[in-house]
Amino acid sequence: MSEHEYKPKSKVGQWFNDRLPLLTLANHLTDYPTPKNLNYWWTFGGILTFCLITQIITGLTLAMHYIAHADMAFESVEHIMRDVNYGWLIRYIHANGASMFFLAVYIHIFRSLFYGSYKSPREIIWILGIIIYLLMMAAAFMGYVLPWGQMSFWGATVITNLFSAIPLVGEGIVTWLWGGYSVDNPTLTRFFTLHYLIPFLILGLVVLHIWALHVPGNNNPVGIDIKKPSKDTVPFHPYIVIKDGFALLMFMIVFAFFVFYSPNILGHADNYIEANPMVTPAHIVPEWYLLPFYAILRSVPDKLLGVVAMLSAILILAVLPWLDTSKIRSAVFRPLYRQFYWILVADVLILGYVGAMPAEGLYLLIARVATAYYFLHFLVILPVLGFKEKTIPIPLSITEPVLGGNPNLAMAKQKESKIE
Amino acid sequence: MSEKKTKRRDFLFTATTAVGAVGAAAVVWPMIDQMNPDASVKALASTEVDVSSLNPGNTITVLWRGKPVFIRRRTQDEIDEARSVKMEDLIHPEKDEDRAKNPEWLVMLGVCTHLGCVPLNDKGDYNGWFCPCHGSHYDTSGRIRKGPAPWNMEIPKYEFVNANTIKIG
Amino acid sequence: MKTFIKFCSILGLILSIFSQSSAAEKVDYLKTDWTFKGLFGKFDRGSLQRGYQVYTEVCAACHSMKYLSYRNLSEKGGPEFSVEQAKAIAASFEVIDGPNADGEMFTRPAKLSDKFVMPYENEKAAQAANGGAYPPDMSVLVKARGGGVDYIYSLLQGYEKAPDGMILDEGVHYNKYMYGNKIKMSAPLSDGIIEYGDGTPASVEQMSKDVTTFLMWAAEPHLEARHRMGFKAIIYLIILTTLVYFSMKKIWSRIESEV
Repeated sequence: MSEHEYKPKSKVGQWFNDRLPLLTLANHLTDYPTPKNLNYWWTFGGILTFCLITQIITGLTLAMHYIAHADMAFESVEHIMRDVNYGWLIRYIHANGASMFFLAVYIHIFRSLFYGSYKSPREIIWILGIIIYLLMMAAAFMGYVLPWGQMSFWGATVITNLFSAIPLVGEGIVTWLWGGYSVDNPTLTRFFTLHYLIPFLILGLVVLHIWALHVPGNNNPVGIDIKKPSKDTVPFHPYIVIKDGFALLMFMIVFAFFVFYSPNILGHADNYIEANPMVTPAHIVPEWYLLPFYAILRSVPDKLLGVVAMLSAILILAVLPWLDTSKIRSAVFRPLYRQFYWILVADVLILGYVGAMPAEGLYLLIARVATAYYFLHFLVILPVLGFKEKTIPIPLSITEPVLGGNPNLAMAKQKESKIE
Repeated sequence: MSEKKTKRRDFLFTATTAVGAVGAAAVVWPMIDQMNPDASVKALASTEVDVSSLNPGNTITVLWRGKPVFIRRRTQDEIDEARSVKMEDLIHPEKDEDRAKNPEWLVMLGVCTHLGCVPLNDKGDYNGWFCPCHGSHYDTSGRIRKGPAPWNMEIPKYEFVNANTIKIG
Repeated sequence: MKTFIKFCSILGLILSIFSQSSAAEKVDYLKTDWTFKGLFGKFDRGSLQRGYQVYTEVCAACHSMKYLSYRNLSEKGGPEFSVEQAKAIAASFEVIDGPNADGEMFTRPAKLSDKFVMPYENEKAAQAANGGAYPPDMSVLVKARGGGVDYIYSLLQGYEKAPDGMILDEGVHYNKYMYGNKIKMSAPLSDGIIEYGDGTPASVEQMSKDVTTFLMWAAEPHLEARHRMGFKAIIYLIILTTLVYFSMKKIWSRIESEV
């Protein structure tokens, strides 16, 4: 973990550190050389850690009052909302926290896409991140089932039925997932168990994610490899800690507005109706953060292929480091990629929008075009772009314009993008 | 750097840390308080018991706030025995007159004050209750006489709504 | 920094568009000024108390409110009846308790700790008595409808003669604001159907407003506490953010780099 040996000052500290090098770890974390030109998009790693811890703590406290039983789940949630001391606060933080978590993770992912953070030597960080993202979706989906409202029940029914698309064994798998012939009490209790487990798996993966990050160190907006430690870096503490803290507080203000002033705006009204296996709500819509994938699912007219398309849309991200053939990391120096990047962002937003709309007429057509473009971006545009694109020359170091004489064209570009 | 400047910076950092710490503490409280009895539990504070069918010398046990409450209709012998005890002989001196306003009726929490077991009726060296867990002996007024328990069994708040009904809580 | 703020506001905009679009088709609901909206929104006590009267004298004949207890009526942030009033209200209802020592169920007057007595024993009984339609439980009704309070308020006043050509089955009524415009509930309110204790004229509009306010409180009993705490929390966060911002500027001024 450390090239230069750290020696604690006190005797006790040394004794302890020789046996369990926690102090070396702490020293590594505080001194960790971080590129000094990281912009605010880099603060979302810290924000995500906050989100995970918030979800775990509020989740644990909710679990002390929640009853995972089909007959009592809805009532126990109402009990939390009405009677438990601060129960309404804890539940609203947890429910909106899921949305804030996804908001932050999408920014985190798109930051990585813009600055090429997934490229060598950071492929493992990226793949761990995709696994975390998948687990987050699983946790969020199962968590949404727990209040046992109409959307919980029908969301669970629709999503578990995706597995029935698998040839031959599909039906058997679905019955196995349900523990019965429909979504019912056995389904609820196992979803609760898994919903409780997954955050801790995520926590473990987050540790690996950060560990893997600390091997090559952070990427940076310029996207070049830098010497560490050097003039280009600052120690993590206090520089990055205070900056992450500032960004986190801004994030918390947005979070607080949702929790205190529109706690149900991101949810769905139908989930305040207790689950009823006899009546399906008029519009079944997943939570906003799953909408783009829902749109991809619905845009394919074949059941099996729809599921395959949806899964591929996520899994394609895992092989992204090898689909992107460009040697240049940061989009700042890739004028063409930068344009395609923004088209992709728009594409995903469009997918999200049509995912919330009924799958018919114009919406369906838009969804199909957007789905096709999504795959085109990753499978065709990115690999070709790496060979064809004329990139802007990259600087040799972050501090170059400060130290060197004339700022080159690349530096000017970089400055410009900073001002934007 | 001038000394004045250093001081102001120190003040800024101290203030930031202090304000941050206050906020962190404020966030911790809801997480702790959620484990306290909730509004619905607090509301279930009282229960009414019909004691018309109870004969002298008999005890019924009812549940109140999740704990057993002994209601004993005492015989005259038991009352006399309880009232004749000298205060010096008691581990936790309390007059029977204070424990049973209406001498015929003893209403008390059936929970041993040692570690919370439920004592057995009509057992022990003092004709009252005996706790099988660690051998505490209680007399006919529910007072601790022998064994590890430190106090007499607790008398809850109760009242006679009418001649046949006791309201506990 | 500027980019960051810009991005946050754009995201907020996108999020709100999404949440708007996920709700069903927009209908123009009747509007009224709700006192409980906004940063400092509070319930109008008088309206809540009248609303309870409308609920109990009109709605409660068919609609249950199974997650509320009589004690809620005297709790802070609600209609705030006095404890004695709430006890009297509770005592006017009979609940089934038991089994007693003989193993039999018995009825007794309700206590503060009891849940609101339901008009029907179960959902099936409710359906049987209402031509197959289940009158929904009203505990969280406001939150369970896309349009929220505006929808309920409008629905109560939305009964009209069916347009020409629309065929209504027996026991089905036309309502301008109902999803599909067909509703099994007949118009529940008419002018003067009840007499308010405080002398307020009981117009349909007034009763709709009062009972909707009451339903909002029933669905969100801690709304006032939430608004109060929210305001404090956000003020606190703004102060701390400002302090952290200046601390950050100080710290970063040690090196030749801008944040």
